[in-house]
Amino acid sequence: MALELRSVSKRVGGVTHIHPTDLVLERGSFNILLGTTLAGKTTLMQLMAGLDRPSTGSVWFDGKDVTGVSVRQRNVSMVYQQFINYPNFTVYENIASPLKVAGFDRGEIDRRVNSAAELLKLKPMLQRRPSELSGGQQQRTAMARAIVKDAGLVLLDEPLANLDFKLREDLRDELPRLFADRDCIVVYATTEPVEALLFGGHTATLSEGRVTQFGPTSEIYRRPQDLVSARVFSEPLINVASVQKRGHEFALGNRARWNAVGGTENLADGDYILGIRPHHVTPTPEGAEPVAIEGVVLITELAGSESVAHVDIGEATWVSQAHGIHPHEIGETSRLYADMSRALIFDGDGGRIWP
Amino acid sequence: MARITLDGMRHSYSPTPSGDDDYALKRLDLEWSDGGAYALLGPSGCGKSTLLNVISGLLRPSEGRILFDDEDITGLPPDRRNIAQVFQFPVIYDTMTVRENLEFPLRNRGLPSNVARQRAIEIAELLELSDILDQRAAGLTADGKQKISLGRGLVREDVAAILFDEPLTVIDPHLKWQLRSKLKELHQRVQRTMIYVTHDQTEALTFADRVVVMNDGNVVQIGTPSELFEAPHHTFVGYFIGSPGMNVMPCDVRGGQAFFAGDPIETTNANLVKEGATGLELGIRPEFVSFAEKGLEVRVVRVRDAGRSQVIDTERAGTIIRLLLLEGVEVPAETARIAFDSKRTRVYADGWLVE
Repeated sequence: MALELRSVSKRVGGVTHIHPTDLVLERGSFNILLGTTLAGKTTLMQLMAGLDRPSTGSVWFDGKDVTGVSVRQRNVSMVYQQFINYPNFTVYENIASPLKVAGFDRGEIDRRVNSAAELLKLKPMLQRRPSELSGGQQQRTAMARAIVKDAGLVLLDEPLANLDFKLREDLRDELPRLFADRDCIVVYATTEPVEALLFGGHTATLSEGRVTQFGPTSEIYRRPQDLVSARVFSEPLINVASVQKRGHEFALGNRARWNAVGGTENLADGDYILGIRPHHVTPTPEGAEPVAIEGVVLITELAGSESVAHVDIGEATWVSQAHGIHPHEIGETSRLYADMSRALIFDGDGGRIWP
Repeated sequence: MARITLDGMRHSYSPTPSGDDDYALKRLDLEWSDGGAYALLGPSGCGKSTLLNVISGLLRPSEGRILFDDEDITGLPPDRRNIAQVFQFPVIYDTMTVRENLEFPLRNRGLPSNVARQRAIEIAELLELSDILDQRAAGLTADGKQKISLGRGLVREDVAAILFDEPLTVIDPHLKWQLRSKLKELHQRVQRTMIYVTHDQTEALTFADRVVVMNDGNVVQIGTPSELFEAPHHTFVGYFIGSPGMNVMPCDVRGGQAFFAGDPIETTNANLVKEGATGLELGIRPEFVSFAEKGLEVRVVRVRDAGRSQVIDTERAGTIIRLLLLEGVEVPAETARIAFDSKRTRVYADGWLVE
């Protein structure tokens, strides 16, 4: 019981929007498509929904080939970034609309609408029209409509992107619970790594029309298969630098040297790309293997409980992100500590080879 | 450049306001010093845009005065206030080149063309637009266009203040980071009064020296980013700033001692609570709650991986208490005990910090 993409690709006017993609999404799972704008998230969703026909390959749902079966013939719900509701319907009528179309009786409609409204905290507004609601309530209405008909596939295309920061946080909190007891496949597109992490479930990282990796979210975050996936799944962007391994030592140009330990000593001598997340580069030594690196401070940001500094370390500009207030002066030479026990090591082509 | 003073200002969109509820902006007395970086932070409908429009002159306040330095400008139209404004969406001339767009605000004010040319080159340099100065704006991405908008706002040297109205809304997260840093850097270089309106705490806290937190037409607190984080004066500030927001738990206070669910809790200010105070609550940020040998008994109900940290929901007496722990810290299963940092646990009465 699953949604399956088999070598699905999409080309429009000679331009590849989606490269051949294989993906299996299980029933009862929460899946995230993570990537920047134009990475291909929306196109991929449209192919899944049957809103668009793949150029090659096939789409299977519960063992049936549904390639080319239109969205109307399939049990699919979608929620978009823009709040889309029927403006002349009340909230109740908006939520009830897919049930009416499907021919449910009045009692069943009433029961389902009320239960969805309860979950999405819309009970007090059922008789209002969308124009009388806040953005958050409008989007809750669209979500209630999406869950009410028990669709087998629910596609959420950046549904929180147009909401205030805090509303986004609140809804992000509630969303997984909406689907907890349902047997549907949820696909959620976002540009924000932390959103993917908080939802958990499974994540597919997307870059330039390619699914670069798919698996359990925290595994993808901690063990990105390549540099591209690591970049997609980092905010601020993962720090990168060329390093050389000689014997038992690593060197970052002439900025830093450290002992290869914890298994990295077995890597062959040669040039590698080191990747380390900004929160593992801190103004004071932290973690198992802090290595000092000096650089010139370019930009500093203090955000209440954390400090961020952009530092030119010669070969690259790195970002340090630390808890607490660590004032830096712009232009000063500052020492940072990179916890090398948290570093990822990639080969020259960007494939992860450690850990 | 100017100091901005709001003196006894109120605004209502109703011609005949009767009570406080009719005011979109409740009484404000504020002074913003020359050259500061300020943010107006709050949810939609809090009055921040109304306040911005009053400053820019698009709106005349129902009551009170607005001064630039010592000059009363309450009745002046926007074009006589000498203010630059950057909006949510790019406001540029598509048919002009990037250079022409940047020079336009200067030429429009009759500056000699060699001066305009020189300034445009400098601003382009700062915003990394030098390479595309002679391209037409029409062909640029949304990010590129918004950078030009920022440049047009920053190009004039004679402005009293620069107002930014959610200027990074259309920008992708990865680029947001860069542009935010850029703006901060620009402020540090040009030292002009800047007012930045946003609902996004990260943007407010990273950009501003002082943040004005608004809710429901009121200024709830004005402070540096770390003051707002460390010592929220209102539970709203605790909730709105910080991610996740501050834990707020019902409590009672007897003989100068706070109790939650029957257990005594050490606080900084329970001894200041007056007899008969109502709406008593404890506020403690998730960052300052930890698992401990001794302490409040709770049930662990949810653990979320946020990458660099973990968000843990615990429950006691129907109240959810959140913890924010570092990546890798072990989380007990089911029942556990938690401790609060007593220097950061405070009592609030009807939402306000007891002082």
